[in-house]
Amino acid sequence: MSTPAAPAQRILAQTRFEATTILRNGEQFLVSIILPLMALVALTYSPFPELDEPRIDVVAPGVLALAVVSIAFTGQAIATGFDRRYGVLRLLGVTPLGRGGLIVGKTLAVLLFYLLQAAILGGVALVLGWRPALVGLLPLAITLVCGVLAFVSFALLIAGTMRAEAVLAVANLLWVVFLGLGLVIPTGELPGTVGAAAAWLPPGLLGDAARAAAIDGAWPWLAWLLLLLWGAVAALLARRSFRWSD
Amino acid sequence: MSAHTSPDRPAVVVDDLRKVFGPVTAVDGASWTAAAGRVTAVLGSNGAGKTTTLECLEGLQRPDAGTVQVLGIDPWGAGPDFRARVGVMLQDGGLPNTRAAGDVLRHLSRFYTDPEPVEEVETRLGIDAFARTPVRRLSGGQRQRVALAAALVGRPDVAFLDEPTAGLDPHARLDVWEVVTDLADRGVCVVVTTHSFEEAERIAHDVVIMDSGQVVASGTLAALTVEEPLEKLFFRLTRPAGRGAR
Repeated sequence: MSTPAAPAQRILAQTRFEATTILRNGEQFLVSIILPLMALVALTYSPFPELDEPRIDVVAPGVLALAVVSIAFTGQAIATGFDRRYGVLRLLGVTPLGRGGLIVGKTLAVLLFYLLQAAILGGVALVLGWRPALVGLLPLAITLVCGVLAFVSFALLIAGTMRAEAVLAVANLLWVVFLGLGLVIPTGELPGTVGAAAAWLPPGLLGDAARAAAIDGAWPWLAWLLLLLWGAVAALLARRSFRWSD
Repeated sequence: MSAHTSPDRPAVVVDDLRKVFGPVTAVDGASWTAAAGRVTAVLGSNGAGKTTTLECLEGLQRPDAGTVQVLGIDPWGAGPDFRARVGVMLQDGGLPNTRAAGDVLRHLSRFYTDPEPVEEVETRLGIDAFARTPVRRLSGGQRQRVALAAALVGRPDVAFLDEPTAGLDPHARLDVWEVVTDLADRGVCVVVTTHSFEEAERIAHDVVIMDSGQVVASGTLAALTVEEPLEKLFFRLTRPAGRGAR
C-alpha cells in the first residue's frame, strides 16, 4: 500500500523545492536583492530626504524591512498567483503534502531565502559603514521574522483571491506604496496624517520597529504584536476566501 | 484485485452526486462505481460534468448533495494517508512552469515512502528525452506525459486521469494506453475521462456516459455495446433535443 512520507520530510522537500525555484527566478532576484541594494546605496548617499546622521544607520534597517516586503509579499504573491493559474496548488493539494504543508513549505522557503537576502544586504551595509547596536541584533531579527510572517499572509490573501495578472500588477504597485509608507523612511519623517496613519500599518510598523531595534537596541513588543495581528487578520481572510483554482 | 478493496465494495462510489456553480448545475444526481483492477472510462462532451465529478472524487470540490467515496473514504478533507493512495492527473497539468520535468517528478516522489523510481517512469513514458527541459518549454503532448507520470509516481491504488491523451500524437497515445492498461493489470482502479470512443473501446473495461451532469448509461463495455457500437449509443443518448439524426 502506498504510504505518505513523514510530515517533516514532505515539508522539507517542499521548502527545498520552493527555495530553489526562487533562486532560479531572475526577476525574483531583481526585485528581492537588486532593488533593495539600489535603495540602500541611493538613500545612503543622497542628501534627501533629511535623515538623522549617520544616514546608513537609519537606511540599513529600513532596507532590510524593504527586502522582507520584496520576498515575502511581492515575490510570494506573484509566484503563488501564477502557481494557482497553472493548477500547481491544486496538484500539490491532492498529494500527501496537502494544502497546509504547501503553505508551511512556502513560508519556510521565504524565511530561508530571506536569510540570504539579509546576509547580502547587511554585508553591503556594513561595508558602507552601518554600525547597528549589538544588543539590537536579536530584536531586529525577531522584527524581521514577524514581518515575514505578516507579509506572507498578505501575499496569500491577494494571490488566492485575484487573477494572476491582477496579482502581478497589485503586488508590484503595493511594493512601491509600502516603500513610501514607512518602510525605508521613518514614519515620523512622513507628512502629518500620512505619517500618523503609516505608523499603525504593516510597512510602517515593520520599518519603525527595525530601526528602533537596530539603532537603539529596543525591543518593540507592541509593533511585533500588531504585525502578528495584521498577519493573523490577513491569514484568516485568506483562509476564508482563498480559491485554489483560478 | 487490489488488496485494499473487496469485490463487494468498489474502489470508487459516486452516489446521487450533485454539484452546482452559481446558476450552472455541473453534476445533477450522478451515480456510478469503479472497481479495482479495471479501467473505467467516463465519456461525455465538454460540460457534461466529467471533470467536476473527478474533482469531487479527488477532494478538490465538496459535493452539494449526494456522496462520493474512494477506498471507503470521503475525499473531502481526507488526510495524507488517503492522498498517498490516490494518483491524480489534472486536465491543466498542475506542473510548476519554471522547473524541469524531471525535477518536478523527483520532487513529487519525495512525498511517498516507496515511490516508483522516477527514471523508470520517465523511460516508460518517454519523458527521459526532455526530463531536463523546463515545463514551460514542453509541447502540449510532452506536458501531458509529465502530468500522467505525476499521477503514477506514488504507486497509487486509485488513479484519476482527466483526459490523459488529449493533444497526444498517435504513438504517444498508444504509450499512454499501455501504461493505463498495465496499471489496471497491477490491480489499480483507473478512472479516465475522455471524449474519444476509440479510447474508451481500446482501454476501458467499464464505461460511464455522462450528459448534462447526469449519467445516461453505465456498465461494462461489453454489455453496453451488445446491440450497437459505443459511438452510436453515445449519440443516441446524448443528442441535444431538436437536433436531427446523424
